[in-house]
Amino acid sequence: MALIECKNLTLSYDNKPVIENVSFTLEEGSYFCIVGENGSGKSTLIKAILGLKKPVSGTIDFAENLSQTEIGFIPQHSEIQDAFPASVKEVVLSGCLNSCGILPFYRKAQIKKANYTMELLGITEIAKKSFKNLSGGQRQRVLLARALCATNKVLLLDEPVNGLDPVVTEELYKIINDLNEKGITIIMVSHDIRSVAKYAKQVLHLDKEQWFCGSIDEYRDSEIGHSFLCDHSHCEHEHHEHNKSEEEETV
Amino acid sequence: MNALLEMLSFPFMTRALIAGSLIALSAALLGVTLVLKRYSMIGDGLSHVGFGAMAVAALLNVAPLVVAIPVVVIAAFILLRFQNQAKLRGDTAIAVISTGFLAVGVILIHFSKGGNVDLMNYMFGSILALREIDVWTGIVLSVIVTAAFILLYNRIFAITFDETFAKATGIRTGFYNTVLAILTAITIVLGMRLMGALLISGLIIFPAITAMNLFRSFKKVVVTSGIVAVVSVVSGLIVSYFFGIPTGAGIVCINVTLLILSALISRIIKKD
Repeated sequence: MALIECKNLTLSYDNKPVIENVSFTLEEGSYFCIVGENGSGKSTLIKAILGLKKPVSGTIDFAENLSQTEIGFIPQHSEIQDAFPASVKEVVLSGCLNSCGILPFYRKAQIKKANYTMELLGITEIAKKSFKNLSGGQRQRVLLARALCATNKVLLLDEPVNGLDPVVTEELYKIINDLNEKGITIIMVSHDIRSVAKYAKQVLHLDKEQWFCGSIDEYRDSEIGHSFLCDHSHCEHEHHEHNKSEEEETV
Repeated sequence: MNALLEMLSFPFMTRALIAGSLIALSAALLGVTLVLKRYSMIGDGLSHVGFGAMAVAALLNVAPLVVAIPVVVIAAFILLRFQNQAKLRGDTAIAVISTGFLAVGVILIHFSKGGNVDLMNYMFGSILALREIDVWTGIVLSVIVTAAFILLYNRIFAITFDETFAKATGIRTGFYNTVLAILTAITIVLGMRLMGALLISGLIIFPAITAMNLFRSFKKVVVTSGIVAVVSVVSGLIVSYFFGIPTGAGIVCINVTLLILSALISRIIKKD
């Protein structure tokens, strides 16, 4: 079932088109990766999906059971002020606001949900700690928990592993993958081509001139995907083998 | 003790204490958000606009608040617009608008009375300038500001911490930013009579930074900021009464002292 459907989408920035005529269908439960060079319009597309930017032409349609405000967004690391005084719990709870309606304060159900997502992501112990004193990996977990308070359907992550060390990166990917297996649709902008090859089910490749959308296997075989995977991992061959050996391990 | 009672027997002192504390409370609550959103200079800019507006009111011989509140609210709208625009940067816009209004205000005051006393009152504040009507509007409006802040507390936190996320989850950030601008404008106009156009932004900035030195959660910072503001206004008024120093400057000096103390305390705690 299509969860989000984009048709002939054109987006522009300062009257210059950054994305032209892009169409894709996002299936429920998918792990959808958006890749492309800097300036290829990934961030603009995210803004459009979140409803923060109006398309010049084309449409973005959502499934009946999904409203646009029910997308759990995890912004780029740099978008949150470093010195902000806020406890982990305050940050996570703020994700519940979209279910508050016009009530000024949080109700029990929302506090319960915040506690549950904190438990799920293993940050209950640091609930009272200040957000600004956390490590990069802990911060991402907190922002994930906040996003999960806002949604139980779709997570949209903008370069979530930027600036994280390899161990923490791996942990975070595992968490995201677990959530995907629980049925949450993942939309992820990524520069990390290895993770795309490993986890993605669908790939949307944006480029100034053209774009590609399809399953990860189709992407590997396509010209655009082939050159991108090759350029960024330097040796696609090795990469394939690496993947295969891992598949064997899991079997 | 007797001296304190004697101080309270002056009606202008009790008025200043009540109105001052309430205005300081509103300013400090809003100040936390303004400082964190990097809007702290808006307070300064708006107070200069308020100065110009009050000068117009003096020239036309109408009640200062009637002119100043609408003008400052409009200025707040314009300044917030500029914050989100790339062409003319926010801080530049503030400098342009505030200096312009300040200059116009000075000229108008020169023509309206020709004396220096009023100019000094507007620039640096005066508790003697607070009339009963000012006190009542001050009380009513600052109660409204504080109540609005408490009711919108969770939303204000969300748009201060991460406006993009808040907007994406359907919070009307534009609306709440506008509400914040209006509340800020009202608070500044009210505070100007007591603190003066040049010192009112102190009431907005200092308590927030002092509280941020001491605490790490938003709620604690907001509550502490309010307490610091009230304490500094009350002690500032008392000090200025006994030593005969200008009130606004006295309050700001107490704020500076508290800020330095909080910075020292946070250093000592960090070393542990």
